[in-house]
Amino acid sequence: MDKLKRFALAGNPNSGKTTLFNSLTGSTAHVGNWPGVTVEKREGVYKSKNKEEQVSIVDLPGIYSLSPYTPEEVISRNVILNEKPDCVINIVDATNLERNLYLTTQLLEMDVPLVVALNMMDEVKKNGDKIDVKQLEKNLGVPVVEISALKEENLDTLMEKALDCSKKPRKGSTVLENSLLTHLIKDVEIAFRGKEVDNPLFHAIKLVENDEIETKDHPDLVKMVEAYKKTFNDDTFGTDFEAIVADARYKYISKYYAPVLKRNVQNENNKKLSFSDKVDKVLTNKWLGIPIFIVILFLIFHITFAEDFLYLGAMGVPFNNNFAGTPFEGLFWTEGGINSIGVILQNLVVMFTDWINGLIGEGLVAANAENWGVSLVCDGILGGLFSVLSFVPQILLLFLLFSILEDSGYMARVAFILDRLFRRFGVSGRAFMPMIMGFGCSVPAMINTRTLADENERIATIRVIPFFSCGAKLPILTACTGAIVILLGFGNADLITLGMYLLGMVVAIVSLILMRQTTMRGEVPPFIMELPTYHMPQFKSLMIHLWDKLKHFIKKAFTIILLSTIIVWFLQSFTPDWHYIEYDAETMEFLTPLTTNDSILANIGKIIQPLFTPLGFGSQLANFGWVFAVGAITGLIAKENVIATFGMLAAVVGSLVSVSDAEGVSEVYTMIQATGINTAGVIAFIAFNMLTIPCFAAVATAKAELKKGTLKWTILFWLVVSYVVSSMVYTIGTWWWTLFIWAVVIVLVGLGIYFFNKYRDQKKLIG
Amino acid sequence: MLKKLNEFKIGEKGIIKIVDGEGKIRRRLFDMGVTPGAEVELIKKAPLGDPLEVKIRGYSLTLRKDEANFVEMEVKD
Repeated sequence: MDKLKRFALAGNPNSGKTTLFNSLTGSTAHVGNWPGVTVEKREGVYKSKNKEEQVSIVDLPGIYSLSPYTPEEVISRNVILNEKPDCVINIVDATNLERNLYLTTQLLEMDVPLVVALNMMDEVKKNGDKIDVKQLEKNLGVPVVEISALKEENLDTLMEKALDCSKKPRKGSTVLENSLLTHLIKDVEIAFRGKEVDNPLFHAIKLVENDEIETKDHPDLVKMVEAYKKTFNDDTFGTDFEAIVADARYKYISKYYAPVLKRNVQNENNKKLSFSDKVDKVLTNKWLGIPIFIVILFLIFHITFAEDFLYLGAMGVPFNNNFAGTPFEGLFWTEGGINSIGVILQNLVVMFTDWINGLIGEGLVAANAENWGVSLVCDGILGGLFSVLSFVPQILLLFLLFSILEDSGYMARVAFILDRLFRRFGVSGRAFMPMIMGFGCSVPAMINTRTLADENERIATIRVIPFFSCGAKLPILTACTGAIVILLGFGNADLITLGMYLLGMVVAIVSLILMRQTTMRGEVPPFIMELPTYHMPQFKSLMIHLWDKLKHFIKKAFTIILLSTIIVWFLQSFTPDWHYIEYDAETMEFLTPLTTNDSILANIGKIIQPLFTPLGFGSQLANFGWVFAVGAITGLIAKENVIATFGMLAAVVGSLVSVSDAEGVSEVYTMIQATGINTAGVIAFIAFNMLTIPCFAAVATAKAELKKGTLKWTILFWLVVSYVVSSMVYTIGTWWWTLFIWAVVIVLVGLGIYFFNKYRDQKKLIG
Repeated sequence: MLKKLNEFKIGEKGIIKIVDGEGKIRRRLFDMGVTPGAEVELIKKAPLGDPLEVKIRGYSLTLRKDEANFVEMEVKD
């Protein structure tokens, strides 16, 4: 069998490239990452309707140019130059011909068959504009096919043309024929030919442009350009070859390609505002822009997480018949109010997984399985897996809602609105969305950092996302703050909770500034980007996107997350001399004489307990002081496990002191009484859990989203930050005057960084 | 009259004369169509006064004032 032909799709962002890819490849698409970077790689197979023709299609990242500055541009360039696809399909947004053709002029210079797909022609016609495709084809010297990726029009014609083209090789051609640098380009091209380099024309032009990659690869030829530069001087550009080339491309485009576009004269004269312009006038309005954004953000979280949808419950609407006694109890609403879609979906998943877990447990008992075997399957494997899966509906919903904002073009405006605010912290406005998503769940938040162009900005954002306390950390907060208030006899649990959220945000901002001043020093990434026209998000694209994420997450849940939960289960269910500890979660009693106090995990907890002394839950505690260390470890599976662990240990301590109906409060209260931890210690414990390594699902996501080798530093970063901040909380909370010591330390560290940077800059200047 | 792009008022139009700056930022400006000879109109400023939104080569581009400072314009009446 012949090897499959391979076509590459290249084009600007927002040109409809992904839509075209989805239409061409359908269900065969496969999403991965380009090696070494976290830029999405999509591949699929196109099958023609009439003939038995099959083509492998790779979707290159959306780019504006083939410069070497963004990972996307470098990837696209290398794929075409090194992997030599059989044909490149350049998708061009017909409504934005001028800028789109800039990339086309660069693709033309490569020795590869090229077909131009003129997308969104329906839009052009709707506006009453005309494009002379015949003329465009003649000027470019490659086939041009009018298509509509959205309506799947003319796609077969496009592929036929591409197949035809792929049969014969094409030599690169350039629009710089009559520019100031034609002679130089010709000479350098000949030199490249002499060196038997493929794509000599492309390399020659890039070298003349002083392109970073080319000058590094061919230092010998740089001399040629430098020598020519000495003899050259242009009135407007001097010897700025980069500007001359860019200018020549656009001049050529305006001269030859702009005329093929015939604008509807009426539109031009009426200057009617387009739909997109009208929407934008409101959404980025000087006064309304920020309030509208806050409302949208609130709605997204409300739809995903609210248990009192639209606050009907709080407004006094009674919800009585909540199917009490049936399996549907509390599914759609509780006495407190209607559940939001996200909560209903989560309830459904939990109902289903509980049912399966129960069924399998009964089956194993019926089959006379050992008790530890039943526990391994039900508590260890399924329990861990299902607790992660129960988040899937809300993760996906959150992801879907944010994808809608992204696809509609609103997300770019959010970055536009907020850039001013965030630049101070060393990141662009784009970083805001992923961070705020962290309040829901770190997993979709970290995935969404893909919209950030700068690698350092991405790493920094991923690192601080867990500090935006997610939904699963809320039970720790409510349980601990509730217990504190009962213990002290005064105070407001909600206020302490709010304070902890604020602490997380402050730590995030301080960390961002610190990273920018130390390990990630450098300029704030530029903010020069297109504001795409608004359009309706497409259902099909959204679903494909969502399905990819779901597949990815499930794969993670069944591998890394599953393995880690089994390990934690094992550590807490066995003693160091291999005796099994049995615990009944329903009656909250241990069925064996051995308790969690004897488990391997407790022993580990006892060993590491002294480490937490500066945090208030170390050696200073009486018996059972290790529960806090152990709670933090079990929290790695899912953060609500922290409180579940407390419940388990309350049974070890003796009996639960029931002080409140609120979830977890009694458990925490019992443990506070048993260990003698002080209030500052409990708050430090909350802070530690909020800021330390997030759950395994989030760590697995961070691993996938971070550059190779960065994960270990990221984990160290989380540990150090949580340790330092928590000890600060504990010491200041216990001995208020330590505030001054901390203040001095902070000032010294700040000065240290300042002078070190100054020293480094000076050295750089001299060196 | 020559004027920098970051000094433009909303609705003001002009032709790009010189694009200053260096490296990454300059290249990025070129690639996005900000080259000498192009016509630019300042559409709006973000609610906090920065960045700017301009119309250039038929599409909307946003850039910060710092970056617009590199773009020298000939004001059009």
